[in-house]
Amino acid sequence: MREINVSKIKDAVAELCLKANFELRRDVLKSLKTAVAKEKNPRAKNILKAIIDNARLARTKRIAICQDTGMVIVHLEIGQNVALRGGALKGAVNAGVAEAYRKGYLRKSIVSGALFRENTKTNTPAVIYVDIVDGNNVKISVSPKGFGSENKSAIKMFKPTDSADEIKEFVIDVVKKAGPDACPPMVLGIGMGGTFERCAYLAKKALLRPVGKRSRQRHIARLETELERAINSLGIGPMGLGGKTTVLGVNVLEEPTHIAGLPVAVNVSCHATRSAEKTL
Amino acid sequence: MKPVKIKTPLTKQAVAFLRAGDEVLLSGTIFTARDIAHKRLHDMIAKGHPIPLKLTDAVIYYAGPAPARPGRAIGSCGPTTSSRMDSFTPELLRLGLGGMIGKGGRSPEVRAAIKKYRRIYFIAIGGIGALLAERVISAKPVLFSDLGPEAIYKMEVVDFPIIVGIDSKGNDIYDQARRKKK
Repeated sequence: MREINVSKIKDAVAELCLKANFELRRDVLKSLKTAVAKEKNPRAKNILKAIIDNARLARTKRIAICQDTGMVIVHLEIGQNVALRGGALKGAVNAGVAEAYRKGYLRKSIVSGALFRENTKTNTPAVIYVDIVDGNNVKISVSPKGFGSENKSAIKMFKPTDSADEIKEFVIDVVKKAGPDACPPMVLGIGMGGTFERCAYLAKKALLRPVGKRSRQRHIARLETELERAINSLGIGPMGLGGKTTVLGVNVLEEPTHIAGLPVAVNVSCHATRSAEKTL
Repeated sequence: MKPVKIKTPLTKQAVAFLRAGDEVLLSGTIFTARDIAHKRLHDMIAKGHPIPLKLTDAVIYYAGPAPARPGRAIGSCGPTTSSRMDSFTPELLRLGLGGMIGKGGRSPEVRAAIKKYRRIYFIAIGGIGALLAERVISAKPVLFSDLGPEAIYKMEVVDFPIIVGIDSKGNDIYDQARRKKK
C-alpha cells in the first residue's frame, strides 16, 4: 500500500491550474499552426496568427490565455493500492484550485448556485471526477472550461436503429448553432453510449485526448475524420468570419450502452482548449 | 486594408462612414458590462431610477476581465458572447449608447435598433484576452463592484483591435460571410 498525503494532490492541482491557463496545449498549438498554413482566407489566417501570438504572450508573461479561466474540471485516476492521508480529498482539490486562482490572478467565475448566483470568490467548487484504477499512482488531469463554448454543447438520446449519418447530422447542427459564439476553430469532444450522464462525461473526457490523435477503434477514427471534413467544409471559419478552419479536431469516445438506447453528447470547446496533467 | 483609427466618444457622425467588415483600432474610454450588470441597469431603467453611468455616445465592452497582476492595468481581457445581452441592448441604444464590442452575432431586434439609432456593433476576436489586455492602459471598477469580474470597469484603451460587426445602416458581417460561402 502506497501512502500519499492529500497536500501533494492540492499542490499538483494548483500547479496544473496555472499551467493549463498560461500554456496552451502543445497539440492544440500544433493544430493551429497547421491550420494557418492551410488557410487561404486572409482574415481567417490573421485571426489564427493572433491566436498563436496570444498563446505565446500568455506563456511568457503568465497572463491567462483567455479571460474566461473557466470552471475547473479535475479528473482523478486513483490507483486502488493508494491510501490517501492527511485530510479530505475533495477539500484538497478545491484548496488547490483556490490557491491557483488567487496566486495566478485568474478570473473567479463560479457562483454558488444555478439560481442563487453569488460569486464564491475562489473559483471553487471544481467539478471532480474520481476513477479508481489498478496500480499505486494518482493521475491528475485539470481542465478549465470556458462557458462561451460550454453553453453550445448538446446531448441527444437517439434510437438504437438511428444511423451514423443521423448522428453526424446532429453533430453538424450543434456546430452550426454554435456558429461564431463558441470561438471557432473549435475542438469537439463527442461521447457515444453509456447512459444519459455517462455520455456527457465521455464527451468531456474526449477533449483530453490530443487533437489530431485518432481513436484506436477504426470505425470511430473514420467517423472522426468524416466529421472533421464535413464541418470544415461549412465555411464558418475562425470567429465565424469564413474560412476552412471551423474545427481543429473531433475526438469521439465510445462505450457500451443499452439495447434500447444510443446517447450522443457533443461537448463544444473553443480554440483555447486547455488541460494539464500529472502523475503522482 | 489598413485599420481605421477612431476615438471615443462614439458619436453617430464618428461611426457613420464605417461599414461591416472594416477593421478598426479604437482608442479612448470604454465600459465593461456583461449579463448581471445589464440586468441591473435594466431594472433601474424600469423603475425610473437614474442610471449611474453616462450612456450617451459611450461604448460598452461585453467582457469580464481577469484580475490584474501587480504592475499591470488588467488581466486577460477578451470579449464574451454578445447574444446573451441581446434583450437589453435596444433599450440602451434608445438611451443614447454609442456602440458595443463583443463576439458573435446579434438578434434581428438588435440589428434593427442599431440601424434605427444609427449606432454600431464591433466584434473583437474571442480567446485572445492576453493580447487584448496589452491595449488596455488603465482599468478600474466604477459600478457594481460587488459583482467582482462582472462589475462595470472603466477602461482606457489604445488602438484596441476590433472589426465592424453591424454598421449603422444595419449591414451584418455574418450575413456577408454567409453570402460569400454561397
